[in-house]
Amino acid sequence: MADTFASGAVEPRGPKPRRVFSGRNIMIYGTLIVVCLYYILPLWVMVMTSLKGMPEIRMGNIFSPPVEITFEPWVKAWAEACTGLNCDGLSRGFWNSVRILIPSVVLSIIVASVNGYALINWRFKGSDLFFTILIFGAFIPYQVMLYPIVILLREMGLYGTLWGLVLVHTIFGMPILTLLFRNYFASLPEELFKAARVDGAGFWGIYFRIMLPMSLPIFVVAIILQVTGIWNDFLFGVVYTKPDLYPMTVQLNNIVNSVQGVKEYNVNMAATLLTGAVPLIVYFISGKLFVRGIAAGAVKG
Amino acid sequence: MKTFKLATALAASVALPSIGLATELEVTHWWTSGGEAAAVAELAKAFDAAGDKWIDGAIAGGGGTARPIMISRITGGDPMGATQFNHGQQALELVEAGLMLDLTDVAEANNWKDIVYPPSLLDSCTVDGRIYCAPVNIHSPEWLWLSNKAYADAGIPVPTNWNEFVASAPALEAAGKIPLALGNQPWQSNLAFGAMTVAVAGLDVWKQVNVEKNMDVAAGAEMAAVFQAAADARKFAAKSNVQDWNQATNLVISGQAGGQIMGDWAQGEFQVAGQVAGTDYTCLPGLGLNAYLSTGGDAFYFPKLQDADKEAAQKRLAALMVSPEVQVAFNLKKGSLPIRGDIDLAAANDCMKKGLEILASGNLVPSGDQVWSPDVQKQNEDLMVEFWKSDMDPGAAHAQWVENLKSGL
Amino acid sequence: MAATKRPGRLLRNLNGKIAAVPMILTTLVVFLGGTLWTVLYSFTNSKLLPRTNFVGFDQYERLWASSRWNTSIENLLIYGVFSLVFTISVGFVLAVLMDQKIRFEDTFRTIMLYPFALSFIVTGLVWQWILNPEFGIQHIVRSMGWESFVFSPLTNPDLVLYGLLIAGLWQGTGFVMCIMLAGLRGIDEDIWKAARVDGIPAWKTYTIIIIPMMRPVFITTLVLVASGIIKLYDLVVAQTSGGPGTASQVPAMYVYDYMFQAQNLGQGFAASTMMLLSVLIVLIPWAYLEFGGKKHG
Repeated sequence: MADTFASGAVEPRGPKPRRVFSGRNIMIYGTLIVVCLYYILPLWVMVMTSLKGMPEIRMGNIFSPPVEITFEPWVKAWAEACTGLNCDGLSRGFWNSVRILIPSVVLSIIVASVNGYALINWRFKGSDLFFTILIFGAFIPYQVMLYPIVILLREMGLYGTLWGLVLVHTIFGMPILTLLFRNYFASLPEELFKAARVDGAGFWGIYFRIMLPMSLPIFVVAIILQVTGIWNDFLFGVVYTKPDLYPMTVQLNNIVNSVQGVKEYNVNMAATLLTGAVPLIVYFISGKLFVRGIAAGAVKG
Repeated sequence: MKTFKLATALAASVALPSIGLATELEVTHWWTSGGEAAAVAELAKAFDAAGDKWIDGAIAGGGGTARPIMISRITGGDPMGATQFNHGQQALELVEAGLMLDLTDVAEANNWKDIVYPPSLLDSCTVDGRIYCAPVNIHSPEWLWLSNKAYADAGIPVPTNWNEFVASAPALEAAGKIPLALGNQPWQSNLAFGAMTVAVAGLDVWKQVNVEKNMDVAAGAEMAAVFQAAADARKFAAKSNVQDWNQATNLVISGQAGGQIMGDWAQGEFQVAGQVAGTDYTCLPGLGLNAYLSTGGDAFYFPKLQDADKEAAQKRLAALMVSPEVQVAFNLKKGSLPIRGDIDLAAANDCMKKGLEILASGNLVPSGDQVWSPDVQKQNEDLMVEFWKSDMDPGAAHAQWVENLKSGL
Repeated sequence: MAATKRPGRLLRNLNGKIAAVPMILTTLVVFLGGTLWTVLYSFTNSKLLPRTNFVGFDQYERLWASSRWNTSIENLLIYGVFSLVFTISVGFVLAVLMDQKIRFEDTFRTIMLYPFALSFIVTGLVWQWILNPEFGIQHIVRSMGWESFVFSPLTNPDLVLYGLLIAGLWQGTGFVMCIMLAGLRGIDEDIWKAARVDGIPAWKTYTIIIIPMMRPVFITTLVLVASGIIKLYDLVVAQTSGGPGTASQVPAMYVYDYMFQAQNLGQGFAASTMMLLSVLIVLIPWAYLEFGGKKHG
């Protein structure tokens, strides 16, 4: 099913359009354009607000473009906004997020891809049972496992460290990624695997020489999925790290909600945009692969 | 070992700059508003000047957001060097579980028993005869802050007590002002209610309910009257749509709102905004009806670390926080009262002086955090925020409130 | 499937088993172990630290007597029903519109889907700003001359859930639209041809033929959206903090507040167990429908 999303090859099913300005077309495009306005509006408001000075915000209209463009809110949001005595803005959160993101993405993808491969090609007694539990695990509210994981990390000596959070992301990324890889590997021709076995290739040999080279698209999908998911995480960042390791989302919420004097809406919006920038860039660059990545969530086991 | 500890404590007491021994301590707190940040900077400055390094771990969003993070870090085995709590029962279980550093030797070396006033502050830090926290200030939550400008705009005199305030509310509303500023965070509603209890029902009722824990009084007619008064007061706050307490204070500073029931820490915000007590704003302790202070406040606890150097630094910081110079510098910025009676706050403004007078008069009660568990406090906050921000029936709220208190007996 | 299954001895297929160790540990220790631990401790009176002092159903009795918890459940139900109905119906209608051989399909899709790349924190903060009565929509309409215009859902306890809903739908409908669109394109062209030959109008084809055929897609979407709703947390934290009053409280916030703020772990565990139960209520019928009868895998 995931493939259907990406391939533009499948034709739309509706009846063929007739004239350009038929009533039907006006209705369709009219509706879509109105809907798109609703979707674009917040982005527009964010950008406009972040480029205005506070006096202009107080006087004016949140939808109107700035009379005088200023980048000061951006500078402030990135480098100067304060939480308590720390006035280094969001930049610290950004680098923390990067430091959390890279090992989490790498580790979770390695674990899940090898796991998916084992589940398809090297099944053992009980592997399907574990897989079923794993998929069910994706639906358990995180709150149920919040505290047990605090204990688990404490016992492992990882609580409050970067690696503790990496582990948490690896664990919670596992169900969906394993599903993704397992289904993809299942779609590869079985003969390839059998032929390699006959040639005497072992577990890792087949993984590295056959599975990996054939699965680059699905790795890209997995990377997109994890980058956006981990970047946007808030709950785990709040519970399992400490202030100097806070990811960007947590710091954003802190900066926006810690007011010294007057609320600076322009700085808040610049900060919000900066936090959303990474997943947005990933989204705009990856285009259809992103669609395929998120649709992986809709694929059934 | 014992003598070694004593020696470090003594060294700490005179705050000798110990060159080459600079130890980093991460200190977590929830002081993020303008006035608060200025005050905490004083602590950091003093600690750094004494040769150590203060690593600031501010957590925004108030104590409700910050405490969970602090506690889970301590119980999760990743303790910070020092952390703020309100003294009382918030850290009790952590102390009982043996996770907190025993400061008794620091306290003895520095005579905390004699200098900390009122003594109940130190009692709140004491578990089984040992001292586990360093109190840094006294905060009394029950003040009414009034904007002189708002009343001038409305053309009426500034009230001198809660009853006059209530009477003046319609005139303020007619002038387009919000009579009472109240932030949306749950603890603010609970604080306002606590202040009104003393103002409307009197100190005796407050003590009977909260100290003696007499549930018949809690369910009685006096408290029913408080709920009725709060139900009237919530209408004055209906148009106040801000979240944080300091945004609400800002409504008072800018004259958009007539008044706010808030602790004396609001003082810091007026100061940052350059306002002068008496001319720009008016403060009424005990809402102008019962001049008293509840001796709540902030204290620092020091989680046990497996590191002798850090432990020594923790003790140096504890001693420093109670020292006279730091007490003066910190409390002037914070707008709170010092925890020792032997220092001179000549620089204090009118409002702080009012507080100091009451403190000297001994008209004191313990704070909610000292007499109730966090569980009861949280339930009351949930109830109060619902009560203040909706049209919940006062009788129903009263009944629920009594149930909440009973859960903590 | 490539079943390289051999007679089950421990050392057979050792690499396969080693590769599955992370999964086995995750399922056994975290998912099963953690869940059972939480359920078990929900029957204790643990305060700040977990203790095995069992008190039966006391925590649950208190939970259901708590007005905040009941409000949270009520809010979740209202939000959930509206959110499900709107995301699925709007998502489907948009997918149908997108499926009309339109031009600029990619552009439209890009616009509708980008919010899904943003976190709930970002979503909550943006909509908090747009719905801000002093600066946002209300202010603009008033400054255009309609002085008495009132649109301030986030400050009105009766409307705050709809304020959340506006933001939630903005973030999530694009995603549902994509799933629905894929579902529509997965339907055999011949069915459309047959319907056209029979002279069935398009809207009727959708309602009586296509929608029933897409049942599995609808069910999958329903489960995905529903389990997301039960976890609803970040959005509320960023946009309303549960206020005004307790008007936008949700169960996940209750769990967090009582576990950590009120230092009453037992109460928090009881609340999270109830959340688990509600997920199971959604999940078990679905699993039964999906996998019932045929063997999974």
